[in-house]
Amino acid sequence: MGDGLRAYGFIVAMWVRSTLTYRASFAMTVFGSFTATAFDFIAILLMFSHVDALGGYSLGEIAFLYGTTGTAFGLTELLMGSVSRLGHRVRDGTLDTLLVRPVPVLVQVAADRFALRRIGRLAQGLFVLVYALFVIEVHWTPVKVLMVPMMLLSGAAIFAAVFVAGAAFQFVAQDASEVQNAFTYGGNTLLQYPPSIFAKDLVRGVTFVLPLAFVNWVPALYVLDRENPIGLPQWLAFLPPLVAVGCCALAGLAWRAGLRSYRSTGS
Amino acid sequence: MVGYIGPNGAGKSTTIKMLTGILSPSHGTLRVAGIDPSRERTRLAQHIGVVFGQRTTLWWDLPLIDSYQLMRRMYRIPDARFRANLDRCVELLDLSALLPVPVRQLSLGQRMRGDIAAALLHDPAVLYLDEPTIGLDVVSKAKVRGFLRDLNAEAGTTVLLTTHDLQDIEHLCKRVMVIDHGRLMYDGELAGLHEIGESERTLVVDLEEELPPIAVDGARVVRTEGPRQWLAFPASASAAPLVTAVASAYPLVDLSVREPDIEAVIAKMYADRATLG
Repeated sequence: MGDGLRAYGFIVAMWVRSTLTYRASFAMTVFGSFTATAFDFIAILLMFSHVDALGGYSLGEIAFLYGTTGTAFGLTELLMGSVSRLGHRVRDGTLDTLLVRPVPVLVQVAADRFALRRIGRLAQGLFVLVYALFVIEVHWTPVKVLMVPMMLLSGAAIFAAVFVAGAAFQFVAQDASEVQNAFTYGGNTLLQYPPSIFAKDLVRGVTFVLPLAFVNWVPALYVLDRENPIGLPQWLAFLPPLVAVGCCALAGLAWRAGLRSYRSTGS
Repeated sequence: MVGYIGPNGAGKSTTIKMLTGILSPSHGTLRVAGIDPSRERTRLAQHIGVVFGQRTTLWWDLPLIDSYQLMRRMYRIPDARFRANLDRCVELLDLSALLPVPVRQLSLGQRMRGDIAAALLHDPAVLYLDEPTIGLDVVSKAKVRGFLRDLNAEAGTTVLLTTHDLQDIEHLCKRVMVIDHGRLMYDGELAGLHEIGESERTLVVDLEEELPPIAVDGARVVRTEGPRQWLAFPASASAAPLVTAVASAYPLVDLSVREPDIEAVIAKMYADRATLG
């Protein structure tokens, strides 16, 4: 584990250094990434110029949902978004070259072509979160205050598990990066909106099957003093760390199974 | 240094992949330097170096020297040893001008030399080369071969080489293994392969004029082209009596002897096997 983190650190450092060789180009791509993701929130702002509430939620509350998932997802995408390109390496056989090195493959895949520009998405999520914290009217208690960093870390870990599980699936189905994107980028977009606007079956699905609801919906409902739309009790809001650990364990197993099934390519 | 040869699909690359732990064998046991490759892949990696002719182990977008620095940290190579190994490779493989160049801008031959250096920085006990000269020009091939020969002689590194280019084998390998469809067909000295293949040498003679095929004992004409004729005779026989016999009976202008083509020997082995099987 320590070895893996050390290796992750120096591979990432190498990519960051090579990215920063072209500072102007780097600054522009970060700005581009920030702006492109900001359009999601601008769309919400435009909606609120016509309505006062969406699914019963105010602009500040939606900004809170948007900012928490945006920050958690932005962190994970920055740190390990590269794993979604695994399918290419499986297809063209270049995964072989990672397998003959004395560093865990997952570490190498996660650090490969580390894209610092993704910090734009993270910054944008944080920006909206800070805005939300200023405007929402919440009766803050110590527990609610602690709930915010807990959400962000557990959420990032849950997204990480989804990224790794999706990558593991690409050992079997090499063109499945779009399937993975549906759950990662798609999941992030889903969580930007309040659960009350979605069909209850969908909310059940992302609570019990693919537990994305624990990234922000479930704990945010506690912070915002909202009823759970499918009638679940409030204490579930304390579960995200456990859910995250469970998801990561399952994703780890899936990864190992995927790696074992790897059959390389001819020649 | 072992040469590992066989036709396409014979299982050469698969063998290398099993020996490096990329694939696990479906039956049987396998040990490299006392380590089970597929179970302890990352531990084995410290002891082996691998060069895939078809794909690079270098970081495509980074300058060559950055790849080497990453290797140094991945394999935890002590600084002094890293410097010494890098200097030696840079000198012998002629890499100094290439170190600041991103790998994607290197030519195939330059990249291959870069890859070979990368595989040797951590002093592996075993070096696997999967088609190291594929697609290289004559000069690059000669450079690579010369380097490998010295490496094997000086550092005593075990080298396992798969190739389609039998000249690689003739230049480099004492021991040859031939496989086909995963079955070992020959394992021994390169010279022994000629005997197994019952190979023939060829005497090429240029006569003064176009004549009917020469008739001499111990040889037969396999081809004629104007005044030039090709005579095949057993590789084990001496050419001298044959030359005397031809010169005494025919108007000889010039002649040369061609050594058996190892490629033909191996092709014959496969053909024999096909007719037997």
